[in-house]
Amino acid sequence: MSDARTEILSRIRTALGSSTPEPGTVSTAVPREYRSLGDHAPGAAEVLDLLVDRLEDYKARVHRVTAADLPALLARLLAEVPASSVVVPAGVEGAWLGALADVEVRTDSREAPLSATELDGIDAVVTAARVAVAETGTIVLDGEPDQGRRAVSLVPDVHVCVVRTDQVVQTVPEAVRLLDADPGRPQTWISGPSATSDIELDRVEGVHGPRTLHVALVS
Amino acid sequence: MSTFLGMPATRAGRGPSPDAAPGTLGGVGRPEDPLHWGATFPHAAKAALANEQLRRNLGNATSTIRSKRARVVGEVPDWEALRDAGSAIKTDVMARLPELLEALERNVTARGGVVHWARDAAEANRIVAGIVREKQADEVVKVKSMATQEIGLNEALAEEGIAAVETDLAELIVQLADDMPSHILVPAIHRNRTEIRDIFLERMADAPPDLTDVPHELAMAARAHLRRKFLSAKVAISGANFAVADSGTLAVVESEGNGRMCLTLPETLITVMGIEKLVPTYRDLEVFLQLLPRSSTGERMNPYTSLWTGVTPGDGPQEFHLVLLDNGRTKVLADEAGRSALHCIRCSACLNVCPVYERVGGHAYGSVYPGPIGAILTPQLTGEKSDLPYASTLCGACYQVCPVKIDIPSILVELRAREVELAGSSPDAADRVWKAAMKAASYAMADGARFRRAARLPRALRAISRHGVIRRLPFPGSLWTRSRDLMEPPRQTFRDWWAEREDDR
Amino acid sequence: MRIALAATCIADAMFPQAPKAVVTLLERLGHEVVFPAAQACCGQMHVNTGYLAEAVPVVRNHVRTFAPVADGEWDAVVVPSGSCTGSIRHQQKMVLERAGLSSEARTATAVSARTYELSELLVDVLGVTDVGAWFPHRVTYHPTCHSLRMLGVGDKPERLLRAVEGLELLPLEQAEGCCGFGGTFSLKNADTSAAMLDDKVADVVGTGAEVLTAGDWSCLMHIGGGLSRGGTGVRPMHLAEILASTREAPVHPGDRQEVAR
Repeated sequence: MSDARTEILSRIRTALGSSTPEPGTVSTAVPREYRSLGDHAPGAAEVLDLLVDRLEDYKARVHRVTAADLPALLARLLAEVPASSVVVPAGVEGAWLGALADVEVRTDSREAPLSATELDGIDAVVTAARVAVAETGTIVLDGEPDQGRRAVSLVPDVHVCVVRTDQVVQTVPEAVRLLDADPGRPQTWISGPSATSDIELDRVEGVHGPRTLHVALVS
Repeated sequence: MSTFLGMPATRAGRGPSPDAAPGTLGGVGRPEDPLHWGATFPHAAKAALANEQLRRNLGNATSTIRSKRARVVGEVPDWEALRDAGSAIKTDVMARLPELLEALERNVTARGGVVHWARDAAEANRIVAGIVREKQADEVVKVKSMATQEIGLNEALAEEGIAAVETDLAELIVQLADDMPSHILVPAIHRNRTEIRDIFLERMADAPPDLTDVPHELAMAARAHLRRKFLSAKVAISGANFAVADSGTLAVVESEGNGRMCLTLPETLITVMGIEKLVPTYRDLEVFLQLLPRSSTGERMNPYTSLWTGVTPGDGPQEFHLVLLDNGRTKVLADEAGRSALHCIRCSACLNVCPVYERVGGHAYGSVYPGPIGAILTPQLTGEKSDLPYASTLCGACYQVCPVKIDIPSILVELRAREVELAGSSPDAADRVWKAAMKAASYAMADGARFRRAARLPRALRAISRHGVIRRLPFPGSLWTRSRDLMEPPRQTFRDWWAEREDDR
Repeated sequence: MRIALAATCIADAMFPQAPKAVVTLLERLGHEVVFPAAQACCGQMHVNTGYLAEAVPVVRNHVRTFAPVADGEWDAVVVPSGSCTGSIRHQQKMVLERAGLSSEARTATAVSARTYELSELLVDVLGVTDVGAWFPHRVTYHPTCHSLRMLGVGDKPERLLRAVEGLELLPLEQAEGCCGFGGTFSLKNADTSAAMLDDKVADVVGTGAEVLTAGDWSCLMHIGGGLSRGGTGVRPMHLAEILASTREAPVHPGDRQEVAR
């Protein structure tokens, strides 16, 4: 019995017969007539309005603030939960949390990670983001120090995600081309809180992932 | 290979049929062969049609998702251009599959992953079970995956004493009810909220006793039930929606967060993926991450998409295994006419618009791949004689919505031609009758003079018509008159009328 | 224009009123209609059932019969059927190529390029939507799957119907849903076909129309059979029959015009 790898590759070559092109050539011209750029520049007012509309449509809660007002907003959102503990990735700007009162702040990093059980006991998480897509209401985290390990933005029930307005692009291709600089980073694309449509295709927000998603859009 | 799917070549019992309802919850049971179970399509369809509840559930669900899809697809000005790109990328992938698989293997390995190759279901199951045993785990958490359904992984693991826990809500419902999925995206589409409540109450030990059938409550019960398992699982098993050859990146598209839990928390992740799920470059995702969510759940974007590349030190599973599965895919690839069935990205838009699927549901197809795509994929994967290519009116609705433009009706016709060839030597009486009838019709319809005579034959039926219609005909005409009248044939055919008219001139 | 009529086998034998109406209509519009007597069938039934070998002589006969249109002897071929036009346009070449008949496959392509379904011929080629018809009845239109999706006739049939004097066009719920005919599907999957038919019949009845029209007698035979079985009183009529009707020579719902010349 030859090994499976050899046999499968050989089956494929036999199946393709003479139609196998030379390695490295693109055998079919791929037409890319679709939009690779939005009508508006990243961070444009139209793009921001669209993002807000799309996020809210899928039940994320959006807050537009200035950088100066961000700490107060975060304090208010966490008090609303009410959160007695919050986890932040180690790379998050310390100033963001400057207005918190009576909230235990835990930090997490690849070097000093919290366990899943520990994260399960924490009420909320605050992270930054890498890029946001307005047309689809999507925020992408790529695991850098200000966005944290994937578990951190997953296990706590409330996720507050801080997005800078200049990080907001209109279309998916714009985001993909940006992320293409480091495709190896672990990415999480988030579009609203977790949801299911498994029961009669009726959308229910909030299942295993965070049931509440706040987006702080900072100009 | 003398065996297929690791199952015995003979299949005495094809497993339960959809009209049999073992257990109180109406699950169809787990078949021996996930690609070929139950009664023949016409029989299974008949049983399904008699189930009023099922028809209501399906009708409501498919019409809901059809309108959702139409709305979000309508928002995209360049939808057709995206379909063109998606189709071309997949054509390119198939043509360069060996090279791209080797690149994927190289890149996953370079990033700390381990790549395995499995020729068939049995080999894939052995590989997965081996890894789980090595980790000394007796329970694994699973992300919904068609590939693992197709190979019957859960049953294979159970034989090794390993419990596989489905964590997708619909898969959990199906698993608890000892049922089979009936839809690619929404496996429990055949169940309504009340049935789901009953399943939870009977089979989920920690379900709240006062559970109602409000979808939000049902989802919260599942959340509570699975939370502990997510936090303690050592091994997770997933499929993959896409694998990027040039970066080694895998992608799983989901909604509930169960996928993220499985892909992130356990120490070890095993991903089972069909060899066709590749895209050449990371950038190609910009096409598919637009096409897939809008086509499948009818959302602009699904709540969560996870992308990972091998192992990321300190973040997520520290051991990653990728199992590349053939299991009949190279057979599909060998057929140039049917090859594009492998372009499928499992969105299930074709199921939702199919007038046949909408009425009979997924179980009638007797395969984990139901609906129009199942009708072309299943017979090609198995290579066996099948009645699925005939389970369509060729109405073309599937082709119209397919995000990668698989011409399903044309492939169905190709597969029907293959069925006719397979039936050539068949001792089956029905096959012989069809063949004789088609031969006779071919003779009569290949010549104007012969057809002139043949076209006059129906006139004889006027003797039994009343008020312009014939209400009852003997077999095989009864197949028609059972459900509808036959309009009385004319006194004169068109061509006889025309000839007379010409003579008069 | 000199237009060759491909009557379709089913209408020729079972529903001659449709091709007759095409003749009436096109002659009224000032065109010459010819009926090449060597024609029989386009081969669609054989192809769609998978009998490709048996389809070859049928398709060859069609292509040979209508080959003169490729040489300019006729200006166009008209077919009062979306599915037959679809088969001519999308399947005949494939059948001949598979049989190794490459030169006839080329002829098939040339013939199909000048072959039109009735509403295509009227709107696209002849450039008319108002054909001067009079039909004072309540009508609903079922877009047959192949005319809708294989040919993409769009709203051409409805534009033609809206221009008919006296005609009240009533919208059909779930119009684009297949009626369940599907050729031999109606026999091989008789139960599913019947279930689809039931839904279509209910939608047709729900419009309150006296007449159901479509561009294909095959689907009309199926839906009409259901309408008759249900005792609904709704009459099936081909689009051509309605367009042929005028004040001077009115066509009545369900009228076969057996004696009309």
